[in-house]
Amino acid sequence: MRYPRFIVQVAVTAALLPAFAGAQVVAITGGTVYPVSGPRIENGTVLIRDGKIAAVGANVAIPDGALRVDARGKWVTPGLIHALTSLGLGEGGSPEFSGGYSDGRARGTDGIAATFDAWRGLNPANTFIAPNRQEGVTSVGVIGGGGMIGGRTALIDLVEATSATAMLRKAPTAMLGGFGSPSAGTGARDEYWDKWRRLLDDVKAYQLRRAAYESGSTRTFETTQANLEALIPVVTGQLPLMLDVDRASDILAALDFAKQYNLKVWLANASEGWMVAKEIAAAKVPVFVGAMSDIPTSFDALGQRRENAAVLRAAGVTVVLVGIGTSGGGDFNVRNIRQEAGNAVAYGLSWDEALRAVTLTPAEVMGVAGSVGSLQVGRDANLVVWSGDPFEFSTRAEQVFVQGRTFETRSRQQQLTERYLTLPPSYRRP
Amino acid sequence: MQSLRPLLALTLAGLATVSSPPLRAQTAAPAAKPTSAPSAGALSRPNADPFPSTYQPFPSRPTVIRNVNIYTAAGPLIRNGAVLLRDGKIAALGATVDVPAGALVIDGAGKFVTPGLIDTHSHLGVYPAPGTAAHSDGNEATAPVTAHVWAEHSVWPQDPQFPRNLAGGTTTIQVLPGSANLIGGRSVTLKVVPSRSVQGMKFPGAPYGLKMACGENPKRVYASRGPSTRMGNVAGYRNAWIGAEAYRRRWDAWLATPTGDPPARDLGNETLAEVLRGNILVHNHCYQADEMMQMIDIAKEFGYAIRSFHHGVEAYKVADVLAHEGISASIWSDWGGFKMESLDGIKANIGLTHVAGARTIVHSDDPSYASRLNQEASKSLAAARAVGLDIPAEEAIKWITINAAWALGIDRQVGSLEVGKNADVVLWSGDPFSVYTRTEKVWVDGALLYDRADASQRWRTDFELGYVPNAGGIR
Repeated sequence: MRYPRFIVQVAVTAALLPAFAGAQVVAITGGTVYPVSGPRIENGTVLIRDGKIAAVGANVAIPDGALRVDARGKWVTPGLIHALTSLGLGEGGSPEFSGGYSDGRARGTDGIAATFDAWRGLNPANTFIAPNRQEGVTSVGVIGGGGMIGGRTALIDLVEATSATAMLRKAPTAMLGGFGSPSAGTGARDEYWDKWRRLLDDVKAYQLRRAAYESGSTRTFETTQANLEALIPVVTGQLPLMLDVDRASDILAALDFAKQYNLKVWLANASEGWMVAKEIAAAKVPVFVGAMSDIPTSFDALGQRRENAAVLRAAGVTVVLVGIGTSGGGDFNVRNIRQEAGNAVAYGLSWDEALRAVTLTPAEVMGVAGSVGSLQVGRDANLVVWSGDPFEFSTRAEQVFVQGRTFETRSRQQQLTERYLTLPPSYRRP
Repeated sequence: MQSLRPLLALTLAGLATVSSPPLRAQTAAPAAKPTSAPSAGALSRPNADPFPSTYQPFPSRPTVIRNVNIYTAAGPLIRNGAVLLRDGKIAALGATVDVPAGALVIDGAGKFVTPGLIDTHSHLGVYPAPGTAAHSDGNEATAPVTAHVWAEHSVWPQDPQFPRNLAGGTTTIQVLPGSANLIGGRSVTLKVVPSRSVQGMKFPGAPYGLKMACGENPKRVYASRGPSTRMGNVAGYRNAWIGAEAYRRRWDAWLATPTGDPPARDLGNETLAEVLRGNILVHNHCYQADEMMQMIDIAKEFGYAIRSFHHGVEAYKVADVLAHEGISASIWSDWGGFKMESLDGIKANIGLTHVAGARTIVHSDDPSYASRLNQEASKSLAAARAVGLDIPAEEAIKWITINAAWALGIDRQVGSLEVGKNADVVLWSGDPFSVYTRTEKVWVDGALLYDRADASQRWRTDFELGYVPNAGGIR
């Protein structure tokens, strides 16, 4: 059977915009600028020089020779930060796509993989990176996993690069502590927390008696020397411990544990966080939550609701929005962080707070607010020129700058789209 | 509240048996034994309905929504129009409508009305929340062909995901068996309404569907016993249809001339024979374009029609073929990259398939997505426009309404706002294509079943009582 040739009549509007290299001076003019660190600027200018923001304001002198981006009618915001992804750690959902490795998941020693730096194994050529950047995400948290302790997390910039190191913004950002599925030889909640206490007691003992340990004259410790070493920054409160807890009582247990050991703790998911919002706020613990699920998916998340972020924020909790509700897409759809933010607004968070929760707040929590997360002089030029409100579906990210650069490489998804604009396709192009 | 229910059930049961043909006396039968007519359970009849719907519309009052923007899914947007819901139907629609005495009048200034949304791919009730092994009832993964199972026999009406879908404006869903099997069994089309039984949710008159699955899932699940390859998959479908065609001929011959003992009844072949007779619609999970082309040839070989390809991550590659063959495409807005057969997912899939002329549907396969189908359609609309496809919102609304209704064979009853159709209606706080818009009210057959403003009347499933905190006011 032959089918009539089918041609989609389109004017491909993928604007042929100039690529901006890091060394150029770029002036983004006339847009509504949302610095996040300060109030909105109408008809503002953002000046980029040497990859950094050189000026932001309503009255910025534009140097001769600067490349101009006309942003009249557009919105200019910091690049979006999705703090909780495994972008670059594999695609296709199978180790077969990554030489047999599952780069997001370490085996560790007896379920403890404190030395695991997942970001080192990420593939800068991962095909999901470009489509996510093209929709306005400029930095992502790289979260591995393992058993009870899933290694050290990092923050990367979505630049085109050939090495993971060239993408790195900060590592480590936190130590990942698992929860929710019994691991490291534990089968009950109290066993889990007890294991943590014994581990941290051992880390402290190891710190004090390193020489004795080396000569073999200490008692046997819970885990390997490498793990003990890696956990030292956690017990000294320098490296945050990210705990994945949902049930309200587990959140309180996590807070108690953090207090007892004087740890810096982050809470991920925290489905029932809204039920203990006051306690989380009092503990000054940041949460990484979504805003798109109201389904009691497990017996630990019976209280899951879309207003979680708004209720927590109203109680004074530091809220980082992450794409938990955009489940089915995974790292393919890190870009849906803006849908998450829009939904957070629909379910009670203010628009300004929602933008902050995907830009400056994650930067602050991860200790990189001095370089990204807001539009301020001296910050790296990670920013987006949007056709309108960044959270609206109809809005497009028209220009995405990462470290002052834009990237023109057509993504695999764009190439497929262009190939099949005409049916049957020509396999000689594009 | 639903006092007519037993009466209706009796009526339908009566209809199911009244046409049983008389059996002739068996001359060869042993003389001592009196001949008895076979029970309904011995016969394999077209359109048999052993688990009839007992759904009855909930009480309603005449309701007018006026001064509201209406996406009818049957024509252009009506700005500042009005719609009258009466006796469970759309009674009037237009710039203005007459307000009957005693009607509830709702001012819809700045708001929007759409038909109730329809999800062609749901596992509500068969994979309920919370996820437990005890309720994991969606895949009868014990043999590659399980045409004999019916999804409705797994549906747990107390799944708390039902009220959450309704609150998102989704009023009709097709619940399918999972995709472990080449032929997974019968689907069922449900109203998203509270009920003690699945029968009380069944969409009256909706045809059954048959779930089939291509590609990776069956060959992975049955790797050790087969099929373990795609060619094994295809042989499996064809063998099943060969058996079904023989069964259909045997039964159709007997039913035409019911002489002697009826042939042996076989539940699996019975369902497949109903597909061959055109009474059950085929819903085929299929990601890759090349496999869709093969499934189309198999359908032609055995003389059945594929109603919808589900997931269709590569539908855009064969959208012209789907249009030509009259097969709809039930597609995610933006899933891809999670396995080999989904690697070529693109966000313009819906748009490209639509402009090629195929009936295009945004489906969920996910309880959370199903409670915001409007957002999923909106993402697809934006992605289409981003590559230059000029699709109006009035067309995009069809992806989650009338096109889905057609795929389920219920487009004469629901899926668009037209006079005489069922009054499944959603009132939105704003344009449903905006991320900030929320459902305000949802009517099913004219009865107000979700009202954001009235938490006291909110549907809470049995499961939720004492387990799920009543957040008070908002969902």
